[in-house]
Amino acid sequence: MKLTKFAMAAALLTSIAFTSCKPKDSEIKANVEAALKADMKMANTVVDVNDGKVTLSGECTDAECKAKCESTAAGVKGVKTPVINNLTVAAPVITTPPPASTATVLDAATQQKVKDGLKDINGVTVDFTADKAVIKGTVTPANRMKIMQILASAKVQSDVSGLMDKK
Amino acid sequence: MALQDKYAQLLSAAQTHGVENLSVAEQNGVLHVSGTAKSTADYDALWALYGQIDPNMASGDLMMNIDVKAAAGAQLKVTTDSTNLNIRSTPSTEGEVVGKAAHDEVVTLVEKTDDSWWKVRTAQGEEGYAYAQYLSPM
Repeated sequence: MKLTKFAMAAALLTSIAFTSCKPKDSEIKANVEAALKADMKMANTVVDVNDGKVTLSGECTDAECKAKCESTAAGVKGVKTPVINNLTVAAPVITTPPPASTATVLDAATQQKVKDGLKDINGVTVDFTADKAVIKGTVTPANRMKIMQILASAKVQSDVSGLMDKK
Repeated sequence: MALQDKYAQLLSAAQTHGVENLSVAEQNGVLHVSGTAKSTADYDALWALYGQIDPNMASGDLMMNIDVKAAAGAQLKVTTDSTNLNIRSTPSTEGEVVGKAAHDEVVTLVEKTDDSWWKVRTAQGEEGYAYAQYLSPM
């Protein structure tokens, strides 16, 4: 019985002595965080340390940042490798296009579409302002409607004040 | 709201004709109406109404972006004034002419490439892009 108690005490002492000669988890955590703070991109990484094993979590802006966080943490004294890297990479920002048929941008392709459509209608010219197609000429009522349909399908606003009816 | 009042007759006709995905929105003094008409006859009727409400369609206050329902394989009638409709290698007048379809000829829709150009096939087997405004689903 005495021997058992002695053994337990010895084991306890050994473990205290052993622990004291390597950095505590809290120290490792502070050191890893300090190392990551050197780079703004890595500053928000969440660091957890358990018995020298480091787990990184949170969100990185890109894959390069994720790898750098891991190698930086691995280089800190007292960190057991491999480092558990649970960092996620943020999804790229997707810009949504404006709703169809509401905004009209008269780019070259749109202008070409209008010109393509009007090519077969005789006696009509088209010029473009910043946001409108200015149609001039003399047309039959049927062709006037055709012109308006061409403009509508290309989603182009128009000025047809110079478009006259064929007598 | 005033524009919706002006074109109220047209909007109610669009509903009566069963225009699909009908969307009406007023923005910067222009009423945007979009949707898909069930037939060319419905489409023509709506455009005729537009011409009645706004003589010569000159006010520039309506953007009627309505197309006619047509799936691949649909029959399309060539509605040029009297001339042939060019069928081209690319969806642009820059494209080389690879075939022609006569006035009133019937071609088959292969694909609606965009709002302005459709890919079609003639009875002779010529395939290419034609300007959609000169094609009417039958």
